[in-house]
Amino acid sequence: MATLQAIWEFIDLPLVIFGMLNGFLITASLLVYAERKVSAYIQERNGPDRVGPVGLLQPFADVFKLIFKEDIVPTKATGFIHSLAPTLMVIIAMSTGAVIPWARTPSGEALAVADVGVSLLVVLAMTSISVYGVTLAGWSSNSKYSLLGGLRSSAQMISYELAMGAAAISVVVMAQSLNLFHIVENQNHAEFGILSWNIFRNPIGFIVFAVCALAETNRAPFDLPEAEQELVGGYHTEYSGMKFGMFFLAEYVNLWVAGIFISTMFLGGYLLPWEGLYSGWFLENGLGGLFTFLQVLCFLAKVAFIAFCFIWIRWTIPRFKYNQLMNLGWKYLLPISIANIMLIALIVVVFNQFGWA
Amino acid sequence: MLTDFVPLFLMIAMALGLAMSLLKLAEWLGPKRPRAIKASAYESGMDPVGTARDRYSVKFYLVGMIFIVFDVEIVFMYPWAVSFRHFLANGGGLGSLAVISVFVVILLVGLLYDIKKGGLDWD
Repeated sequence: MATLQAIWEFIDLPLVIFGMLNGFLITASLLVYAERKVSAYIQERNGPDRVGPVGLLQPFADVFKLIFKEDIVPTKATGFIHSLAPTLMVIIAMSTGAVIPWARTPSGEALAVADVGVSLLVVLAMTSISVYGVTLAGWSSNSKYSLLGGLRSSAQMISYELAMGAAAISVVVMAQSLNLFHIVENQNHAEFGILSWNIFRNPIGFIVFAVCALAETNRAPFDLPEAEQELVGGYHTEYSGMKFGMFFLAEYVNLWVAGIFISTMFLGGYLLPWEGLYSGWFLENGLGGLFTFLQVLCFLAKVAFIAFCFIWIRWTIPRFKYNQLMNLGWKYLLPISIANIMLIALIVVVFNQFGWA
Repeated sequence: MLTDFVPLFLMIAMALGLAMSLLKLAEWLGPKRPRAIKASAYESGMDPVGTARDRYSVKFYLVGMIFIVFDVEIVFMYPWAVSFRHFLANGGGLGSLAVISVFVVILLVGLLYDIKKGGLDWD
């Protein structure tokens, strides 16, 4: 028994991480399915409905097809970097989930794989590394379409990262912490309920942050990097088979991570609506575990809703022109988000002055 | 604490393993029928002209440089943001707000100068 205990303590963390990675893989498949289904209904057609019940197994069939396809590396491409780029994208997309608090445990701690003190900075740092994936993919393919796509994409991603970082600061000013768990708990207010979520306390920050997250994931209306009509496939023009599949996988996991991040920062993360009114009842009756489970479900529901909105936006709004994109990022979002920091700081000062905070 | 980061590094390592195994799997299972045409860069069906290691618009360098400047400035605001309410509670809030305002104004003047100079105009 003691040895079993020792073995369990040795393998529980890898098991949890393994489970989470598989969870992300399945989520990505479901998102691909959701995107194809939602776009189909927006365009008044049926979408995939042949493989499995109502087409649910379609993304798995796609994965098998991609694995059995030939992996073509262009002769002029820089081979190592050519395979490094999709690897990098997958790693970054997959490992951001480690620092996200999924719920509050009954003992009042964060339910996260790694509850580090600077988890907000970790997420920002990880997402900014994905610029390298895109740029290296574009450059190493040695094709003009790829190069242009990679350049455009890197310029777009770094431009929107600034406004995103500034919008995150306005949240940090209120929460006084860079830990995502503290940021979520800061939105937990017994009597105000959902009104103390950051989307209501900091609406400008929410809008800037959501737009930037949309741009960071390279989705329409910000999908210039892979504008099919102009650039064929953008940075992944020269990728085929599973390497293309890895970009595809990373794109959908990134969509999910963006939803997670928006929800954590602005929609109260795992908090249930007005949970302060009834969380005590669960804890008193020894149902703390059930409450934690409900929080995870609530979190997933919020993230799914944001992902649905992203898909909805993609199939509704046409693509920006490049100058409009750069103007929006640098001339509007960046000054607005910096002004928003000062506004939030002033509001904090006023609240502090009257003793409301 | 540095030990808090161990699970994060483990997750990165396992994600690396996943990515490598996907690559290897595709390499083993996929067919290999190389052709010269198939392995040439795609250029709308024509033979590739010139090289893709070419010079490109200086605008991209400009955006990159301006990004570094502003990113560093925004990073400077994080420590202030974390401790602002702590300053307020201890009576130093207005002073720190004034200091950060000066900093932000300098930052915005830089941005305004850049916009006026046309450094961010794409036509």
